[in-house]
Amino acid sequence: MQQSFKLAWRNLWRNRRRTLITLASVFMAVVLAIAIRSFQKGVYGNMIGNAVRFSTGYIQVHAKGYWDDQSINNTFVPGTSLEQALKKEKNISLAVPKLESFALASSGPHTKGVEVIGIAPRKEDSMNNVAGKITQGKYFTNNIGQGILIGDGLAKYLQLKLGDTLVLLGQGYHGTTAAGQYPIQGIFHFPLEQLNNSLVYLYLPDAQALFGAPDRLTSISIMLRQPDDINSTTLFLKHSLDSTREVMQWPAMNKSLVQEIQGDNAGGIIMLGILYMVVAFGVFGTILMMTLERKKEFAVMIAIGMHRVRLTVIIIFETVLIGLLGILSGSLLIFPVLAYLHRHPILLTGATAQTYQQFGIEPIMPASLDPYIFLYQGLTVLGIAIISVVYPLWYINRFRIAETLKQ
Amino acid sequence: MPVIEIKNLTKTYNETMVPVHALNGINLEFEKGEFTAIVGPSGCGKTTLLNMMGGLDQPTSGSVIIENEDITQMNRGALTDFRLHHVGFIFQAYNLIPVLTVKENVEFIMELQHRNKKDIADRVNYLLTAMGMEDKINVRPKYLSGGQQQRVAVARALVSKPKFILADEPTANLDSKSTDTLLDLMATLNEKEQVTFIFSTHDQRVMDKARRIITLEDGKVISDTKLKATHESINS
Repeated sequence: MQQSFKLAWRNLWRNRRRTLITLASVFMAVVLAIAIRSFQKGVYGNMIGNAVRFSTGYIQVHAKGYWDDQSINNTFVPGTSLEQALKKEKNISLAVPKLESFALASSGPHTKGVEVIGIAPRKEDSMNNVAGKITQGKYFTNNIGQGILIGDGLAKYLQLKLGDTLVLLGQGYHGTTAAGQYPIQGIFHFPLEQLNNSLVYLYLPDAQALFGAPDRLTSISIMLRQPDDINSTTLFLKHSLDSTREVMQWPAMNKSLVQEIQGDNAGGIIMLGILYMVVAFGVFGTILMMTLERKKEFAVMIAIGMHRVRLTVIIIFETVLIGLLGILSGSLLIFPVLAYLHRHPILLTGATAQTYQQFGIEPIMPASLDPYIFLYQGLTVLGIAIISVVYPLWYINRFRIAETLKQ
Repeated sequence: MPVIEIKNLTKTYNETMVPVHALNGINLEFEKGEFTAIVGPSGCGKTTLLNMMGGLDQPTSGSVIIENEDITQMNRGALTDFRLHHVGFIFQAYNLIPVLTVKENVEFIMELQHRNKKDIADRVNYLLTAMGMEDKINVRPKYLSGGQQQRVAVARALVSKPKFILADEPTANLDSKSTDTLLDLMATLNEKEQVTFIFSTHDQRVMDKARRIITLEDGKVISDTKLKATHESINS
C-alpha cells in the first residue's frame, strides 16, 4: 500500500503544471460551491429564523381549527395537561403564550389596522429579543396597565410619540366590543418593516382584558433546543394533548416561505450542477492524459509482475489525491471568510433590501457554517473525481501487454 | 530437465485481411544457465516468441512448459504471479519507472513479492554494486545515460533471482562501449547466478557472446547452433 501511495504521489507531480491547473479547477469549484451553498443556507436559516422567532415558533399549539380561521373566538385556555406536557418534553426550551387579534389603531385623525399581540414579557423577549429592539421608552415589566409598545413605522404614520395615547378598537371574544386606550410606553424597531408598520404589543393580561378573553390564548409558540428533532417533539405533544388542541410545525404555518426556499434551492442546485460538470471535465481530462501517456509504463509494470488490481489502486489514489488536495485547500481558504461573514453578515441595501423586506425577511446575507455544507460539497467533488477514474480502470482491465509494449 | 520447453507453438494474428503467422510450429528447449541469442530478420517472430515464453501473450496453439506447468493454460492473475516470481524482463527501451530512483526501481519487484527489507537491501546493494551503479542509487532514470539505464534494468530483471531472463533487443539503443560493458556484466551474472538468459537480437556483439544461437525465419526455427558449452556442463 505504501509503495502504491508513493507511486501515486510521485506520478501526480511528474507533470507539475498540469496537476496544478487541475488542482486549481477543483479548488475553485470547491470554493464556489461551498460559498454558494453557505450563503443559500445562511439566507434560508435567516428566513426561517425570522419566521420562527417573530411569528410562529418551531411548533405551535393552538385550538383545533384556529389556523384556518384565525379568530379571537378560536382561543383556548391552557389546561394543566398542556402545561405538564410542555414541562416534560426536554427538547422544549421555551413555550411562549400569545393572544393575537386585529384592531383599528387610532390617534386623532389617523387610523390604521394593526395586529395586536398580548405577550408574556420575559418569554417573548427570550424568543425574539424584543426588549433589545426598543429604540425609545422601555420594555414591559410584569405589571397590568403599563401601556403599549408600537413599531416606529406605525408611530410615524399615526404621528405618535412616547407617552401619547393610542386607542384600540376591535371585536372581542364572542362578539364583545374590544376598546381601550393605552399610553405609549415604548417604540421598537425590528429589521422587518412589515412588523414596524403594523404591530403593537400589549402585556398579555391587558390584551386578554381588551378582547374580553380572560385566561385565553390564541397560541403557544414553542422554541426547541434541537430544531432537527422537531418531529419527535411534535409527536410527543400530539400524543399528550386532547383532540381540541392542534400541534403544527413551522413549515405548515409558513408554506409560502417553504416554497420560496425550495424554488431558490433548486436554482442553486442547478448552478452547482453546472459548476460540477466543468470540474468533472477538468479532472477527467487530466486523468485521461495521465492514462494515455503512461500506457507503456502500465504494460511494463504488469509485465514485471504487478497485478492489475494494484495498478488500479494507484490510479484511484492519484485521482483521490487530486480531489482531496483541491477540497482541503478550497475548504481551508473559504472557511475563515465564511466564518467572518457568519458573524458579520452582508447588509443588503437598495432594491434588494426592499424586496427582502416585502417578503418579511431581514435584509442580510449571513453565511452558514453548517459542517454538512463542507462535507457534502467535499464528497460531491470527490465523487466526481472517482467517476473520472472509470475510463483508466476500464483501460487497465482490458489492455494487452504485448501489444502495448510494441507501441 | 529443461527450464523451458516449447511445443508446437503457433501464433497467428488475424487483425488484418490476411492472417499473419508470426510463429509457425516452434519446438525448443532451454537449459538452466544458457546464454542464448534468438536472431533473424525483422518480423521473423523473435519478440512474439519471447512474449509467449514470458506469458505476455497467448499463443494460437501449442504449449510453453516451465517446470512441468503449461503457462499457456494459466489465467491472467496466475500469469502475473508467474512472471513476478520466475521471469526477468529487459526491454529495448529500458522502461524503468520514471518516478522511482535507481534503487527503488530495482527494489520494486522484491517489494511486490513482499520480501523482507533486509533481503531487499542486501540483494539490491549487491546487484547495483555489480552493475557499477552504486553511486547512482538515488538518481532518477532521466538523469542516466542509456547504458546506465539498461544496467539498472538488468539489475531489476535479476533482483528476484528468476528462472530465466528474457531480453528483447537489449543493446539496440546502446553505443558499442555501453553494449560491451553491459554484455560483460550480463555474462558475469549469468555465470555467477546460473540464470538462463534468452536474447532476441540483431547485434553481432550479442551473438558473439552467446553460447547458443537460434535463427528464426517466417516464424520457424531454421537453425539452432550450440557454440560453446554452458558453464554448468563445463563444471560437470
